[in-house]
Amino acid sequence: MAVADFLLRPLIALGAFALGMLAGIGRLAIFALTGVRAALTPPWYPARLLEQMGLIGWFSLPVVGLTALFTGAALAQQIYVGGQRFSAESTVPAVTVIAIVRELGPVLAGLMVAGRVSSAIAAELATMRVTEQLDAMVTLRTDPWSYLIAPRLVASTLMLPILVLVANIIGVLGGYALSVGRLGFNGAAYLATTRRYLESDDIVSSLVKAAVFGFCLALAGCYHGFRSGGGAAGVGRATTNAVVSAFILILLFNLAITVLVFGA
Amino acid sequence: MSEPRLRIRGLKKAFGAKQVLDGIDLDVAVGESLVVIGGSGTGKSVLLKCILGIIRPDEGSIRLDGQELVGLRGRALADARAHFGMLFQGGALFDSLPVWRNVTFALTQGKLGGGQQMHALAVEVLAKVGLEPRVADLRPSELSGGMQKRVALARAIAAGPEILFFDEPTTGLDPIRADTINALIRQQVTALGATAITITHDMASARHIADRVAMIHAGRIHWEGPVSALDDSGDPHVDQFVHGRAEGPISATVAP
Ligand SMILES: Nc1ncnc2c1ncn2[C@@H]1O[C@H](COP(=O)(O)OP(=O)(O)OP(=O)(O)O)[C@@H](O)[C@H]1O
Ligand SMILES: [Mg+2]
Repeated sequence: MAVADFLLRPLIALGAFALGMLAGIGRLAIFALTGVRAALTPPWYPARLLEQMGLIGWFSLPVVGLTALFTGAALAQQIYVGGQRFSAESTVPAVTVIAIVRELGPVLAGLMVAGRVSSAIAAELATMRVTEQLDAMVTLRTDPWSYLIAPRLVASTLMLPILVLVANIIGVLGGYALSVGRLGFNGAAYLATTRRYLESDDIVSSLVKAAVFGFCLALAGCYHGFRSGGGAAGVGRATTNAVVSAFILILLFNLAITVLVFGA
Repeated sequence: MSEPRLRIRGLKKAFGAKQVLDGIDLDVAVGESLVVIGGSGTGKSVLLKCILGIIRPDEGSIRLDGQELVGLRGRALADARAHFGMLFQGGALFDSLPVWRNVTFALTQGKLGGGQQMHALAVEVLAKVGLEPRVADLRPSELSGGMQKRVALARAIAAGPEILFFDEPTTGLDPIRADTINALIRQQVTALGATAITITHDMASARHIADRVAMIHAGRIHWEGPVSALDDSGDPHVDQFVHGRAEGPISATVAP
């Protein structure tokens, strides 16, 4: 009896964990569908959408630009050093542009914006939940799904491709600046190689990833903020959980899209 | 007798092991002002939230003009809610919007149209709760607690809903302001024909506002009667509450 109990307990815990995980994924999926439906059906709030596009897009530019610039430069340096072993230093422009556009641009921009935006969305909605503002809204003939959730989902999905485009350009320029300034590359030749190796498929997949990440990071913020409870501690929990969930979603979908598009 | 505006039967709600509402039966007639009293934490606010569909009751029925509200979803729930206006106990003002956008929120449904007209209307409603026009352009965070409460009251009545819920409308107000609010609530019912449920711990306010009083105790309506019967109810619970005595059948320590 005692031995059976001892053996079973971890199994039961594992099963409970797996079930809880599945239930969480199911709740998130239902939340996503409800949000998408609210975004596709009236009433629409264009003013709220523009406001969110500004908050999510415009104010993320500095952090996204900075990340891309430094990572692009560091990447070029590493490829150069690594390439020297096979006398393949000349691959720097081609490998840099492919790595940035296909992977680093969308992933880094997604993670940086998630750190800023998912947490902010979760904190704002959770505070509204705790102070009963969400309850008050439904008694004032307004659906929080249309007024709060839909504009955030749409704004984030629209703005991330633009941010990633900017990140890609600045990332490549970071690599260019370091290669020309420190590694002795010829500027015109570097850019010509970059252009030759960059394919339209790369750009399309980069922007598709960006849109998916944008949706995911707003979804994570809305989900944890909207469902929060339990006072100030609840607001803190919602914020942390939102960022963690956003990171996991972004990395998972990145792998899925990469394997789907480039693995075939 | 005609169909009551609200008919509540066997309403139950538990949070975890704590049975907060344990079979509430309550009728509210058209154009009646009901005051609900009861100890702190007895479920008065939960009762109003159940009626509004904000909290889902475990059991029981809530009928609005004969239509069942429990279990409504989506469009139907939103349509039913359009009959109600509610002043939340904590105010629940939208802190991202100026006061006048708060007050006219139900009319614009959060949209930005009709700026000037809405602003004028907000100033008008704010005057009714004794607030100056300049308050309209402030943010909720710039107001005192009592001012926030009055703005929330203005927001609840601005769209002229037929049924009004006031959760402690005079808590945190000075006696003179409180009397203005009592008169305003009374006027919504007498002059505008609204039906009102007011939760209050303030007996002076209760006497001013109420046609009828109901007392919640142990999850049920323990006593109800016309406001004139409040002083000779013959019920020790009501007596203790009305006279605010620590000694009596209601223990001062509340179960957690
Ligand atoms: N969302 C919730 N989750 C868990 N418990 C809740 C929730 N809302 C209310 N309760 C519990 O239900 C009980 C009744 O709460 P309610 O707010 O209705 O009290 P009240 O009668 O309005 O008290 P007061 O006069 O102090 O406002 C309390 O014990 C409270 O802890
Ligand atoms: Mg209460």
